[in-house]
Amino acid sequence: MSSKLNSTIQGQQLVKTETLKSFDYLTWGLAIALIIGLILAPLWLKNYGLILLCTWAFRTVAVQGLNLTMGYAGQVSLAQAAFMGVGAYTSTLLILKAGVNYWLALIIALLISLLIGFLIGFPALRIKEGHYLAFVTLGFANLIWLVLRNEQWLTNGPLGIRDIPRPSIFGYSLFEPIRFYYFSLIMLALVTLVVWFILRSPWGRAFKALRDNPARSESLGLSQTTYTLLAFAIGSAFAGVAGVMQAGLVEFIDPDSFVLWRGLLLVMMLVVGGSGSLIGPFIGAAIVTLLPEWLRFTGEYYLVIFGLGVIIVMRYFPKGLAGLLPFVKKRFFTREVQS
Amino acid sequence: MQLQFFVQLLVSGIATGAIYALMAVGFALLWQTSGTINFAQGEFIMVSSFIILWLMGLLHIGLVPAFFLAMFISMFIFGFLFKRILVDPLLKYGDVPLIIATIGLGMIIRELTRIFWGANALPFPSLVKNKILIFGGLRVGTADLVTIAVAIVIIAALQLFLNKTFVGRSMEATAQNQDVARILGINVDRMILYTFLINAFLVTSAALLVTPKLLAKFSSGETFGLIAFMAAIIGGFNQVRGALIGGFLIGIIDNLAKFYLARVHLPFTDITLNLSPYALAIPLLLLIGVILFKPEGIFGRKEERSI
Amino acid sequence: MVAGYGATTILNSTTIEVHEAALTTVIGPNGAGKSTLFKAIFGMLPIREGKILLEGQDITHLKPLALLEKGMAYVPQGRNIFPQLSVEHNLEFGGISLKNLQETRVRMEKVYEQFPILKARAKKQAGTLSGGEQKMLEIGRAMLLEPKLLLIDEPSIGLSPILVQQTFDLLLALRDRGVSILMIEQNAKKALGISDYGIVLQQGRLAMAGTAQGILNHPEIGHLFLGGVVKV
Ligand SMILES: Nc1ncnc2c1ncn2[C@@H]1O[C@H](COP(=O)(O)OP(=O)(O)OP(=O)(O)O)[C@@H](O)[C@H]1O
Ligand SMILES: [Mg+2]
Repeated sequence: MSSKLNSTIQGQQLVKTETLKSFDYLTWGLAIALIIGLILAPLWLKNYGLILLCTWAFRTVAVQGLNLTMGYAGQVSLAQAAFMGVGAYTSTLLILKAGVNYWLALIIALLISLLIGFLIGFPALRIKEGHYLAFVTLGFANLIWLVLRNEQWLTNGPLGIRDIPRPSIFGYSLFEPIRFYYFSLIMLALVTLVVWFILRSPWGRAFKALRDNPARSESLGLSQTTYTLLAFAIGSAFAGVAGVMQAGLVEFIDPDSFVLWRGLLLVMMLVVGGSGSLIGPFIGAAIVTLLPEWLRFTGEYYLVIFGLGVIIVMRYFPKGLAGLLPFVKKRFFTREVQS
Repeated sequence: MQLQFFVQLLVSGIATGAIYALMAVGFALLWQTSGTINFAQGEFIMVSSFIILWLMGLLHIGLVPAFFLAMFISMFIFGFLFKRILVDPLLKYGDVPLIIATIGLGMIIRELTRIFWGANALPFPSLVKNKILIFGGLRVGTADLVTIAVAIVIIAALQLFLNKTFVGRSMEATAQNQDVARILGINVDRMILYTFLINAFLVTSAALLVTPKLLAKFSSGETFGLIAFMAAIIGGFNQVRGALIGGFLIGIIDNLAKFYLARVHLPFTDITLNLSPYALAIPLLLLIGVILFKPEGIFGRKEERSI
Repeated sequence: MVAGYGATTILNSTTIEVHEAALTTVIGPNGAGKSTLFKAIFGMLPIREGKILLEGQDITHLKPLALLEKGMAYVPQGRNIFPQLSVEHNLEFGGISLKNLQETRVRMEKVYEQFPILKARAKKQAGTLSGGEQKMLEIGRAMLLEPKLLLIDEPSIGLSPILVQQTFDLLLALRDRGVSILMIEQNAKKALGISDYGIVLQQGRLAMAGTAQGILNHPEIGHLFLGGVVKV
């Protein structure tokens, strides 16, 4: 009958509760419906709708990466957009200037973002107290922007690079919006699976232990610095992948697409959606992508509204919108068991 | 001639640095006394200059009265309301939610400014007409001199207030060790409010001095915020003095770098490169270096707290 | 009294009593909640249940300033000076509750008489003082108020044996002048040796209370805390 039994101490009383099975049915049902909906979306969406969904997909990938750094390792990275720039420019230049195969370029872009993540994470994360990662990534984001703007011979400067190719696989071109959409969807699925896997591995459990009780885990021999660094580097590599996806989708990149405030926007997507939760990034990226569409009447006010939303979420639901889920679960799908 | 030129650059560097110091000191004060890392600092500065312009147009008043009016508005909004509405309720969740809320606030201010005043840069009057004075071959602009003078008066007044008055010392005590300040009966919450008001005042002053050179533009907050940040971290954010020196340092580096990087001659070649677009990279690298080797800042001190 | 940090409860139904014009020492193992007890008494932690009385008056939820005005002072564990302010300006903060700068200055002179070393260093940054001098400064700052009740948390920590002796002598002198003192000490044997009363705290609960002599001679306590912990 009961799927999970939990014991909590309330006051001096031991209370046993169980989560109703209907909750599991409901969440799984919703998740499956959503997945099927995404797969079938091209049936009723035109190109514009598919492009929106592709945008949502690469943003979710980037935010999911940030989730590893912020949600699980508890450090703030302001350079997620800069890492997207690293990925986008690396792959684009490799493809266009060096004639490298698309998939190889994608992998190199991923590895370079990972490497840079290690390089800048290492000095910043040696110091546990304070937000040094935030400061270093702030500096890094600006440095990347300077380089992208000024090394015109390589990056074409502020004008950006046009006509970026989309991939093809075994001679089958993914250029058509509908095909590129499935490509984006598969990338998103892969990244989500990786995160899911990381969180369920012993490694991910160590993460959560560190987040919930650093002092105790440290005494169990887990090195907070190492785990945080790994989380940050992997999260940055995800941003690199997201950058490659963005470059292919938009077919154009320029330095301003990856400036600091874009990185800040990704941070806000994460916290609004819910950091430290697997579905948080999906929600956050969806809000930022769809808000300007839904709130057409707000026109240019949409970032103002989103900014207000960020403050309200921080004030009233510091765990983000995804944080409402456990609440719903506890409120409506839990009952006490007599023991 | 070489040296003369260097001195000229130094003077304008000090003028820039004085403004940067104003931006950074308030930022560091907020950080010290209340643990608020204010990512909206740059936007506070940016929008203050628009408020001054708006008041001048609306009330047909001159720059100076508009500045004082703007100062009160700024103290109310970016001092009092900012603390009461945003900081106080969020501080208990730790510093990350507050960091993010200030990022959100910065975005709101930037977007509203763009919507109300447009995306174009607007000219901004300066306190004095710039005249070039020549002191024994040294060419120095009056605008720079006035900027230095005004900034130094403000900074000196702040230092006097912090060191020579009981309230100022109570603020310093609150910044250095809040728990002990509380145990001694200092009204910690009021002291924190004062730092917010002072920050708002400094922000408006920085706007007054910086905008004639850089024009009023909705997007310049990002740069200002970055400068305040760099100055505070490089100098040592746990001390007012650190942020002050950090501000001057960045201003001077900025001016020298823009000039000397313009013609960099590669040794053993005929190649000369123009690296001046990378002037900003120097303080950024300095920032990363400081975090690597002296995380408490060049002039900061290691934190030691206990209770 | 019940108090704690956030959702964790550290002090559980602890009841203690402080005798007038006497030196009472609180002992207990590390983490027993001794410092927490002081923080709760001095209004630094919310008190969930229970009451604190000072001479019959309820002072349970008062803020530090109000407690200072009622004649209580608190010297916490560790370093509690403002390192970047001068010694003089550190000392001055002792008189906030007097709300009278003139009176504060007069009393500062009295403190200087007691601690000539502070007068000699008056203009120096407090952070440059030695550990012992800093503790003197803290105690002097608390004495400036001429409190009726002094809470002092591990005053001897990090001090040389001579300084420990001086500090204890000072506390005894205060007691003889009629000040009630509640002190926490690690160095249980020595501290109880000079105290009038003792309190033993264990896991946030009162384990024993009585005369200092009684506790010193108690077989179980001696075994628990006094056996190996005597360090000088
Ligand atoms: N600020 C705090 N937040 C949460 N828990 C705390 C805090 N300060 C202390 N504690 C916990 O409260 C318990 C009691 O601590 P307390 O400092 O009162 O012990 P103590 O008896 O003074 O020990 P010591 O002899 O080491 O000074 C400990 O378990 C400690 O971890
Ligand atoms: Mg203690």
